[in-house]
Amino acid sequence: MTQPQNAAAQATDQNTVVSMRNVNKWFGQFHVLRDINLSVEKGERIVVCGPSGSGKSTLIRCLNRLEKHQDGDISVHGIELNNDVKNIDEIRREVGMVFQHFNLFPHLSILENCMLAPIWVRKTPRAEAEEIAMHFLTRVKIPEQASKYPGQLSGGQQQRVAIARALCMQPQLMLFDEPTSALDPEMIKEVLDTMVELADDGMTMICVTHEMGFARRVANRVIFMDEGQIVEQNEPEAFFNNPQSDRTKLFLSQILGH
Amino acid sequence: MAKKTIKTAPQKTRAMSPTSSVVGAQAGYVRTEAAPLLPPPPSEVGVTGWLYKNIFASMSDFGSVRSAIKSILIAVLTIILLYFLITQTIGLLDFAIFSAVWSDPQGLKREVCWTVEQGGALPIGWHAACWPYIQAKAKFIFYGAYPNEELWRVNLTYAVGALMLAWVMIDRLPYRKIVGALLLTAYPVLATIMLTGGSFSISAGAIGIYTIMGLVLITVGRLGNRGYFSGAFGDLAMVAGVFGWILVLFAAVLALFSVDFSLEAIDTSDWGGLLITLVVAITGIVASLPLGILLALGRRSEMPVARFLSTVFIEFWRGVPLITVLFMASVMLPLFMPEGVNFDMLMRALIGVTLFSAAYMAEVVRGGLQAIDKGQYEGADAVGLSYWQSMRLIILPQALTHVIPGIVNTFIGLFKDTALVSIVGIFDLLGAAQSTLADPAWSTPVQGLTGYLVVAAIFFIFCFGMSRYSMYMEQKLSRSRNR
Repeated sequence: MTQPQNAAAQATDQNTVVSMRNVNKWFGQFHVLRDINLSVEKGERIVVCGPSGSGKSTLIRCLNRLEKHQDGDISVHGIELNNDVKNIDEIRREVGMVFQHFNLFPHLSILENCMLAPIWVRKTPRAEAEEIAMHFLTRVKIPEQASKYPGQLSGGQQQRVAIARALCMQPQLMLFDEPTSALDPEMIKEVLDTMVELADDGMTMICVTHEMGFARRVANRVIFMDEGQIVEQNEPEAFFNNPQSDRTKLFLSQILGH
Repeated sequence: MAKKTIKTAPQKTRAMSPTSSVVGAQAGYVRTEAAPLLPPPPSEVGVTGWLYKNIFASMSDFGSVRSAIKSILIAVLTIILLYFLITQTIGLLDFAIFSAVWSDPQGLKREVCWTVEQGGALPIGWHAACWPYIQAKAKFIFYGAYPNEELWRVNLTYAVGALMLAWVMIDRLPYRKIVGALLLTAYPVLATIMLTGGSFSISAGAIGIYTIMGLVLITVGRLGNRGYFSGAFGDLAMVAGVFGWILVLFAAVLALFSVDFSLEAIDTSDWGGLLITLVVAITGIVASLPLGILLALGRRSEMPVARFLSTVFIEFWRGVPLITVLFMASVMLPLFMPEGVNFDMLMRALIGVTLFSAAYMAEVVRGGLQAIDKGQYEGADAVGLSYWQSMRLIILPQALTHVIPGIVNTFIGLFKDTALVSIVGIFDLLGAAQSTLADPAWSTPVQGLTGYLVVAAIFFIFCFGMSRYSMYMEQKLSRSRNR
């Protein structure tokens, strides 16, 4: 995939896409992220797993400012994530996100869903935006659905559209927030296949998921979170076969146990 | 790939098959042939199906004593209601059409609608509409005291407006967005000039000052766009640019208003009847929707000042009766104005009605905004849309669709509330019709009924039209979105 030129984004740090230093976040009294340090290199595929409520979704939602962290530093493509709206906008342009519940725009057709952000945010001419949209819809294998509305598609198809929509902005980093958790078992595979292809093309990805098969197949690194902390991170082979902490062992025995 | 969800495993045949109960009993059951597709029972389709579903379904269950009593009760009620419906309809048709007096060839005026008892020629007990009275008063009911020889201006304004509105409403016509934009921008200016006559005495100095200020602000905005200012000043410059354009446009409108089109000036106190009703209602409708949307967004904003001001505004205007607003506008407002400043009475009523219904509109729109899933906001944020972009492209189109019934409800309420302006001496449709009742030349026992019938019919046509169009819109939008 061709990456658009973005001198500003690449200037500060050559290969670090995400860097989080001592990040803390609270929801009221609840300390949801505790002293997170994480650095993601270009081309890395990272799977974040952990029990529910462990802060894994919050972690990736902090990366494009859907959630605001209160303490510590986050920079994405060398751009500091702070209250400056310009920085937030710039980061959001370069970071694609796929949600558990797809969050497609139901009043727009599939094609319009994909063309919207390129046209309004990147100021791409309409014809070109349509070309880009069709290109990515073809890549997720549903070009024939372009004129339909999200409500007419199955869950798996909707999620693939959501991936295409994010890709249309030609992001440098893709965030996946439990992309298969709301899907029927029959549809999980088609979404995972799409994500595997994306990973094989060298996209930098951070996925929050419970699909351990996907983690083994695709990830460079698996991060295990519990109670707002990164408990363990390792290469998938080592992580699954030789987990170090007791909490990780317990978690793995529970999700892999049957 | 698209059909992937529909699996045709042999075990999964439809439950309607007569042998499906066997599945539980025989563990190794495999269906060998498809269950037959049977025609639907008569209660599902065709004329009998329609009659059953729409009329008899609720009163044809005699399975138990309770349901039999219920069925009989509903049947009896249906018959009673039908009886009233039919007699009332016949009565109305008789009053308005069959027994009505339609013409007054000899120019008898009131006597044409008098019975023998009253000195006329109609039989004793006659009681029906007196249409010659409406014919004689039609001009006043529709236009008030607007001069006869200038009525073409009103009619032309109506015709242009109706044409543009029809253009926007018919889906197949081209350039609908442009026509719609003109309808909301150029048309009000045109209508104002046509109806009042234009050539207001606006000093050239004021227009000049507005223009210069606007141009300066636009320049500031341009500089801001090119990045001459840093940080928050850049955003301020953009806002200044927008204000600049508004000022320049305002100056242009003022300049247009001051041009002499050699149309006779007609004071708004001469306007009346349906003209006033339409001017007040349409101005109120067109202005209150955008204002209401802004207020709703303000009330849900994360900025405390915007939220506070919107809330105060909404609660204030919702907390006072419209009559009070109109009284305040007509009696109190002049007291606060400096000496010599004289606001047109109709203008004051227009502003009062608009602000009043904007507050209601804001709450309706807020209801729609609250119905939008948080995921939509996040989806819009995540693809990098700005606040205004996500509101305009994602949130509002969905929120407004959700609350079309509420919005149209407010429109209809507003349309009917225009009748209240007669309380401050503006003769709307109802006020004008009522004032014709005082004319002794047409004094008959049926005069009032005839007049009110016409007023009711006109109100009904407009309100019913709005109601039907909103239903059409709802269906159209839900069709395109959900299948």
